[in-house]
Amino acid sequence: MQNSRKQKLMIVLFILFGSAVTVGLVLYAFNQGLNVFFTPTEIVDGKASTGQNIRIGGMVKQGSLVKDGLKGAHIEFVTTDFNEEIPVAFTGVLPDLFREGQGVVADGYIDADGVFQATSILAKHDENYMSSEVKAALEAGAKKQTKAAVNL
Amino acid sequence: MIPELGNFALMLALCLASLQAVVPMAGSFTNNQLWMSLARPLSSGLWVFMVLSFSCLAYAFLHDDFTVAYIARNSNTLLPVYYKFAAVWGAHEGSLLLWVLILATWGYAVSLLSSNLPLDILARVLSVMGIITSGFLAFLLFTSNPFERLLLNAPTEGTDLNPLLQDFGLIIHPPFLYMGYVGFSVAFSFAIAALLTGRLDAAWARWTRPWTNAAWAFLTCGIALGSWWAYYELGWGGWWFWDPVENVSFMPWLVGTALIHSLAVTEKRGVFKSWTVLLAIAAFSLSLLGAFIVRSGLITSVHAFAVDPARGIVLLTLLLLIIGSSLVLYAIRAPVVMGTATYGSWSREVFLLINNIILVVATAMILLGTLFPLIHEAIYGEANRVSIGAPYFNALFLPLMALLAMFLGLATFSRWKKTSLDYFKQQTGKLLLAAVSLGIVIPFLVTAKVNMGAMFAVILALWIIGSIAKDVVSKARNKQNLLAGLRSLSLSYCGMQVAHFGFAIVVLGICLTSHYSVEEDVRLATGESISIGKYEFRFDGVVEREGPNYTANSATIQVFQNGEEYLTMHPEKRIYHARGDVQTEADIQIGLFRDLFTALGDPRGDDAWVVRIHVKPFVIWIWMGAFIMALGGITAILDKRYRSKKLVNSPVLEAGVMQPVLEH
Repeated sequence: MQNSRKQKLMIVLFILFGSAVTVGLVLYAFNQGLNVFFTPTEIVDGKASTGQNIRIGGMVKQGSLVKDGLKGAHIEFVTTDFNEEIPVAFTGVLPDLFREGQGVVADGYIDADGVFQATSILAKHDENYMSSEVKAALEAGAKKQTKAAVNL
Repeated sequence: MIPELGNFALMLALCLASLQAVVPMAGSFTNNQLWMSLARPLSSGLWVFMVLSFSCLAYAFLHDDFTVAYIARNSNTLLPVYYKFAAVWGAHEGSLLLWVLILATWGYAVSLLSSNLPLDILARVLSVMGIITSGFLAFLLFTSNPFERLLLNAPTEGTDLNPLLQDFGLIIHPPFLYMGYVGFSVAFSFAIAALLTGRLDAAWARWTRPWTNAAWAFLTCGIALGSWWAYYELGWGGWWFWDPVENVSFMPWLVGTALIHSLAVTEKRGVFKSWTVLLAIAAFSLSLLGAFIVRSGLITSVHAFAVDPARGIVLLTLLLLIIGSSLVLYAIRAPVVMGTATYGSWSREVFLLINNIILVVATAMILLGTLFPLIHEAIYGEANRVSIGAPYFNALFLPLMALLAMFLGLATFSRWKKTSLDYFKQQTGKLLLAAVSLGIVIPFLVTAKVNMGAMFAVILALWIIGSIAKDVVSKARNKQNLLAGLRSLSLSYCGMQVAHFGFAIVVLGICLTSHYSVEEDVRLATGESISIGKYEFRFDGVVEREGPNYTANSATIQVFQNGEEYLTMHPEKRIYHARGDVQTEADIQIGLFRDLFTALGDPRGDDAWVVRIHVKPFVIWIWMGAFIMALGGITAILDKRYRSKKLVNSPVLEAGVMQPVLEH
């Protein structure tokens, strides 16, 4: 009896310990992998802090893409939600469907100069598809724009 | 005409499936032999009509019948004939047809290979499969009919198949994956039948095991093929992205792996019974969840083809009905199938329990990471989106797998009921020492650098492989010579060791390629070159080239090994005429110890292009290991004890009595 009770206690302790470790790990991992989505307007409003890993989405502004004359595989462009604009810098290969005037989603962080340093630019997978995040961002941006116009 | 025939066959199939869902089940409750014996002919009839329907769609595809809306959207006269055939499952409707065809095929296979199954069990198993099939057939017919016609203004040319899918991968990846997903419906049906009868014994586990292994082996191949396809077709040089759609295929695999192990305990020792049933339900439920997530448009990704909320709702209802009713049944009936055997603290049972806990925890954290963005959006609204990236999954998954690998080596030596700690020490002491020292020395000698991650991986792999070798030799040694000894080993034992060996190979592949890959995205003008290790890549410019249904910018990259000319590579950027889609076609030289990967990026003025150049050691080991694991699963199925007609342990079954037999 004594023995089986001890065994039960061990099992309970083991489960408690296991769950504690798991919860701790999950929280740690969330911290690592969680990207909050921001629109250019929200970034200009200062909602995202500098250096934090975030995801942004918007349109690639027409005529803003600079490829030539920069060092190596570096590029720069401007992303907009038709209300505010954020400059983006990236080094690497652009996805096939990256175009000016099309939606874009990028992961990265904002540096001290207010430039979004993209670590990855997400590929859209087909011509018709616009990421629903970008769609929502653009709608919000456009709404704000009209509101501002009305307030004038 | 042919499409109408296909549609008609589909309707007949639905009728047969509904009959199969109801009649044998009713027969099993009223002990009506005739009704129960209808299960077999019904499932063969269902299969025949599904094959007919599928053939009709394939025929229409091959004959460019663009009056069928689905074909007009997903094919083109210029498409090569093998892609026309594969395009049958290139989008939502057709792939769902393939899904149901495969479901019917599994049911037919059960009816063919079940001569040792008592009639009432067979009737219930096939009935449950009939219920699932009717649900999906109704969904197919009423919301996603692939035979729908464009009677007015039928186009003379189709809009072509998505170029991403114009690849050998499309021909084989979805069928394998679906064979796996849908294959778990058999284990699920066996579990439901066991709950209904209240009879869950060693014989039950023995019937279920080969089916589970088969589904698992297919799913393993399907996932590996998908990952390989992503590696060479998407042009990013990665092989796993923790993309939601990858995750939903991976979760049933993890739970299926747990199920295979837990079934072993249920068969050999008669414990973990209700847990096994729960895993069987979970494996198939996660497959259905995957189908729902991919097809509802909830998550946008390369696979999410049907962005139609109405379909999503129907599918969600179907999903909730199947999962909900099976869980309710489980809650009511699980206490009936409890096992009561005991086992000691270092027994094989405990090791398999640890395996199950690790796999289920891994599944839970993947599920959390996959669904969290959806839950967050539902609570905080569309404007406050979050996404969960690879760091989350890596931070949780890799330690869990390391733990799994450690226990795997130890568990190889464990015995049922009880193993003494001294025995472990005696068996593993030298092995552990050897694995650790070799694991530290070998990577250092080869690369002359200290890399903790790679060393740890080599140690784990050597630890697993060493324990397998030691165990096989000690089991085979008792015979007069080693060969005779090896021959005397049972196929299910061999299958287990082969699969575990494959796991070690996957561990090596993943860790070594992650730690030793060199990945460069560089801007190169014609004539410029870049050196990576002993390789030098010289960019020799881009020329235009015409393909059958595309125009390509084809680059020439000359590779030198130790200064000598070695190989010429031609990565391409293709523009497909029909839709104007741009597609990156990587050029990869595959090697046993390293892959050379080149992909063409975008032009950057004056002859210069951005080029992606990777040297990836051991990357092929990932897929090799996965296929070895699948091979292990298949080997175990061939064990003769699954084919024996005798029903050991279950004398009651032969009498064909209906009352539930409770375990004591």
